[in-house]
Amino acid sequence: MAWPSPLEALVIGASAGGVAALQTMLGSLPGSFQAPVFVVLHVPKDRPSGIPELLGGYCALPVLEADDKQPVRPGHVYFAPPDYHLLVESRDALALSMDEPVLFSRPSIDVLFESAAAVYDRGLLAILLTGASSDGSEGVAAVRAAGGKAWIQCPVEAAAPAMPNAALAHAGADAVLRLGEMCERLKGSPA
Amino acid sequence: MVFAEMTDDATELFDIELKLLLDAVYMRYHYDFRGYAMSSLRRRMRHAMGRFDCERMSDLQHRILHEPAFFADAMQYFTVQVSEMFRDPAYFLGLREQVLPVLKTYPSIKVWVAGCSSGEEVWSLAILLAEEDLLDRSVIYATDINPEALAKAEHGTFAADRMPLFSRNYLAAGGRGSLSDYYTSAYGNAMFDRRLKKQMVFADHSLATDSVFSEVHLVSCRNVLIYFNRELQDRAVGLFREALVRRGFLGLGGKESLQFGAHADAFEPFVANQRIYRKVAP
Ligand SMILES: C[S@@+](CC[C@H](N)C(=O)[O-])C[C@H]1O[C@@H](n2cnc3c(N)ncnc32)[C@H](O)[C@@H]1O
Repeated sequence: MAWPSPLEALVIGASAGGVAALQTMLGSLPGSFQAPVFVVLHVPKDRPSGIPELLGGYCALPVLEADDKQPVRPGHVYFAPPDYHLLVESRDALALSMDEPVLFSRPSIDVLFESAAAVYDRGLLAILLTGASSDGSEGVAAVRAAGGKAWIQCPVEAAAPAMPNAALAHAGADAVLRLGEMCERLKGSPA
Repeated sequence: MVFAEMTDDATELFDIELKLLLDAVYMRYHYDFRGYAMSSLRRRMRHAMGRFDCERMSDLQHRILHEPAFFADAMQYFTVQVSEMFRDPAYFLGLREQVLPVLKTYPSIKVWVAGCSSGEEVWSLAILLAEEDLLDRSVIYATDINPEALAKAEHGTFAADRMPLFSRNYLAAGGRGSLSDYYTSAYGNAMFDRRLKKQMVFADHSLATDSVFSEVHLVSCRNVLIYFNRELQDRAVGLFREALVRRGFLGLGGKESLQFGAHADAFEPFVANQRIYRKVAP
């Protein structure tokens, strides 16, 4: 089933077409979901995104835009703020940074996934969704190298296939799934 | 314990070597990065290793220890120099409309810009004070640990191609004129008016190792604390608390919060939706 056992944290990366995909995915998480969830969605900078509030309306879990050194709580969804990288500092705290954009993106999916892989190693599940960039490829590689699992959205189905394709070519995956299949699995998550 | 059976956990080994490197830097140069957030340090050190062709962290450590000039270059990987004039205009608007009217009531005003980087924030504040007719009775202390950045800050010259962005920010921050009133352009650079500089004092000061040097009315420390772990953040905010006058003001970056630290109760939010705090009366 390509689940980490036990599942300790979930990271999700999405770019072009990501708002709709995230709406579906976050909507499928059961209120009993135990792991913390960290999300990078590429958004234009200089604009309060309002996306956590928007998507919070579809999700049974609390959805927040991350503050620096915010404590990590089970069953909470943390979004990277526009124009900051989001990192997992430890099992207890998030961190933000203003380091240079990576592949023209800040927040960067690679930065989030790599930092989470270093903290949660085998307990991490990474999901890479639709996008027109190649962000996430290094991140998926780091997650898998640390013993975590990666699910990649089926490129044929993705609104923008470039990002899933790039990651598959660079790092492979533990499962290539349609959005609906991912959601079904998350609904019945073992955690 | 059977050592031969220990697995080669790459992250764990990397972290051990990174900690050794930070110890070495501290002992050799007295720069203390030991309390910095590990998540982004890991990444920057990996970049430094790539950039300087060091296969192992110990190679990087060797060169840093033995070549002071090399450490000066490597320093750019320990600290992050990203800044903008009037970055987050709403912050500067909040200072202009809500904090400066209070500071006006003091006969003289001292401002501390901690972690000023290449100076964009310092020069922005000087313009703000000038437009509120307060600059002549103000002193702005601008401190950082990065000597290259401090030298740039003192120079007050920024690339001309950044001016459109800075001008937009300035206007959104309630600027009363045009940003170009404050600089002259030459050779692709914008050099800011020397009159703004009269009240600035630049100094090498570390929030990790140094102590308070003056009493101040306003501390602006933006996007510096994000690079620290919680303990070091507590140390830094403790310095601000000590430096601030009774009911003094503290401004942080847009996503930095006092809420998770040890000094949360010593401050109250002052400007809605901005991380501008005021010290509560003891
Ligand atoms: C991202 S810049 C922030 C620049 C500016 N304040 C702004 O918001 O635009 C971070 C700055 O913090 C400085 N810094 C890092 N560690 C420091 C320390 N221990 N004490 C003082 N400054 C420090 C760095 O050298 C860098 O210039």
